Amino acid sequence: MESNPKENIIEEVTNKDYEFGFVTDIETDFIPKGLNEDIIRLISKKKEEPEWLLDFRLKAFRHWQTLKMPTWAHLTIPPIDYQDIIYYAAPKQRKAKSLDEVDPELLATFDKLGISLDEQKKLSGVAVDAVMDSTSVKTTFQETLSKHGIIFMSFSEAVKQHPDLVKKYLGKVVPYTDNFFAALNSAVFSDGSFCYVPKGVRCPIELSTYFRINAANTGQFERTLIVADEGAYVSYMEGCTAPQRDENQLHAAIVEIISEKDAEVKYSTVQNWYPGDKDGKGGIYNFVTKRGICRGDNAKISWTQVETGSAITWKYPSCILKGDNTVAEFYSVAVTNNWQQADTGTKMIHIGKNSRSTIISKGISAGHSQNGYRGLVKVVPEATNCRNFSQCDSLLLGDQCGAHTWPYVECGNDSSILEHEATTSKISEDQLFYCNQRGIPTEKAIGLIVNGYAKDVLNKLPMEFAVEAQKLLSITLEGSVG
Amino acid sequence: MLLNIKNLHVSIGGKEILKGFNLGVNEGEIHAIMGPNGTGKSTWAAAVTGREGYEITEGEIWYKGQNIVGMPPEERANLGIFLSFQYPVEIPGVSMQNFMRTAVNAKREYQGLPPMSMIDFTKMMKQKQAMVEITEKLQNRYVNVGFSGGEKKKNEIFQMAMLEPELSILDETDSGLDIDALRIVANGVNQLHNEHNAFVVITHYQRLLDYIVPDFVHVMYDGRIVKSGDKKLALELEEKGYEWVKELKL
Ligand SMILES: Nc1ncnc2c1ncn2[C@@H]1O[C@H](COP(=O)(O)OP(=O)(O)OP(=O)(O)O)[C@@H](O)[C@H]1O
Ligand SMILES: [Mg+2]
Repeated sequence: MESNPKENIIEEVTNKDYEFGFVTDIETDFIPKGLNEDIIRLISKKKEEPEWLLDFRLKAFRHWQTLKMPTWAHLTIPPIDYQDIIYYAAPKQRKAKSLDEVDPELLATFDKLGISLDEQKKLSGVAVDAVMDSTSVKTTFQETLSKHGIIFMSFSEAVKQHPDLVKKYLGKVVPYTDNFFAALNSAVFSDGSFCYVPKGVRCPIELSTYFRINAANTGQFERTLIVADEGAYVSYMEGCTAPQRDENQLHAAIVEIISEKDAEVKYSTVQNWYPGDKDGKGGIYNFVTKRGICRGDNAKISWTQVETGSAITWKYPSCILKGDNTVAEFYSVAVTNNWQQADTGTKMIHIGKNSRSTIISKGISAGHSQNGYRGLVKVVPEATNCRNFSQCDSLLLGDQCGAHTWPYVECGNDSSILEHEATTSKISEDQLFYCNQRGIPTEKAIGLIVNGYAKDVLNKLPMEFAVEAQKLLSITLEGSVG
Repeated sequence: MLLNIKNLHVSIGGKEILKGFNLGVNEGEIHAIMGPNGTGKSTWAAAVTGREGYEITEGEIWYKGQNIVGMPPEERANLGIFLSFQYPVEIPGVSMQNFMRTAVNAKREYQGLPPMSMIDFTKMMKQKQAMVEITEKLQNRYVNVGFSGGEKKKNEIFQMAMLEPELSILDETDSGLDIDALRIVANGVNQLHNEHNAFVVITHYQRLLDYIVPDFVHVMYDGRIVKSGDKKLALELEEKGYEWVKELKL
């Protein structure tokens, strides 16, 4: 019998608490809290940035000052004092060239998170960019990648080494004028990852960035920019965790993806920011703008996300299908438990002819949480013969939680076909008893059933992530029934 | 005695369904329970396996020397009680392999054993599948999803073979089976049967008892056993129907 390793993962989940809630005791370089032009100049100076980038930041900041935080989401967000946040915090150590130079304390932290920065120790070929608070700590497998002409490094590094490329693509998919948080990020972003795969190159290994918030009272504002040039292919994964704290922390990131003619980008993320405690105290506010563009003909982008963490999640990884025959996919599992809130979904904007998009969204709500899917499928009049299939399923555990769907459709021509399916279900008592009768305790049974429910999405994740995601789903829902 | 049920009264939603049920089962025995529709056979099976909502208002269920009333269902299962469901449940997205592996390892954990290695597990799956003549393909399918009626029942017997229970309750496992499937199911039971385990077979048809030969046959009516006998009782029921049983009760 062929055994599928993804199947055999749900082992005993013993740890009821957020596993990654520890704090690393490391010397950190903070700047004063608050937000003004001087702070932005200071961040830019710390990062030794060129003038054009400082300009970009200042423009964004000035624009941000004219904006108000939007209120349309189905979220209850306590007021955020933007002057009470520290916008830059970095472990004191400088970016390491080799492993010996990395502070052992930092290495230990990432080891504890299951991210090995030691290339020798890695079994699978995954290049990692490890980001702690505002800076990148280490990027692995640089040499392997540069052999193929692939650029994968921290954003700050890229600004220094490949300023033309960064300048060419920065803010092209998500301009700083896009929304309140995009403007904020563009003004204060600290680090993140930059990836460029040249024409015709298939990236031989998975690329991944691991974001870790460590310092207290800080916000995290990273930027990720992924470019696949004509005919290129890359699979990129992103993971994240944060310590357990009573105060809320703001995370407002931007991800931009550009897929040129005949290129393909697969973006996967398992979002596991600290969700707050059982009573809804603490946790990360995750307000993120993610967007990709299939710029040339036949380009492809797929977003796969598993959202388990954050006190509040507010994001819509989207695609602009600009070229003809382009393909975009969005696969999402969003789990909320206790007092978590999520308003998430996607936008598919069809501009090219014969472009196709697929949306599979699986919401799972438990406890007192609120879980919403918000999606827009838009086909412009010129985009003939487009297809969209959307499926939005909600699974409810218990009767204190809420599931909502807001699908919006704008179809500008008659030759395009848009389909939408939606279901809402509960884990049946029959299923639970059937599992119980086979000796499987209820909590484990829920993990099993939920993972089965999310299977279509989990199957889209790279193997390294699928394992992690399945465990996470089980852990997140522990204590949600009974 | 493996199972000893004394004066069991069970209510569902305040309505009494079992009204003083008594039954003793020793290791090595096969019992058959017959009786008209709605008389409480499945209710009895649910009460023994600990299903929520089946309120035990009176009586005791002794199993392996302890009264298991109030014990959670998974613990009863791990102590060796197995139910072949009258209506097996579908679990989309969960493969039979993953489901069985979770179940087998849950039992091992309960017994203080480490999880079974993938190699041993795969071997065991193969062997038990062969026993109930299930094709390999069936095993990578999701639990009962899209299974035919007969396949579902065979799948129940397969799970029984995997978990090696001491007490197996088969609730109408023969209903809806064609003659080949009936033979396969019966073969499975007969291969598993030994002096250390026991079977309680709930059925409407004497036909099954030609394949699985019971030591005792009980007739149930209105929430209790009204007559017990040997295999011949099943033949008598087939011939005379249940009318005379109803009179027995009065
Ligand atoms: N969940 C329930 N809620 C209310 N009544 C129930 C429930 N389950 C069973 N009953 C009732 O209890 C009685 C016994 O049902 P049960 O399923 O045990 O009968 P059975 O002997 O197994 O019948 P069959 O031969 O048709 O399978 C029936 O009157 C049935 O309607
Ligand atoms: Mg029944």
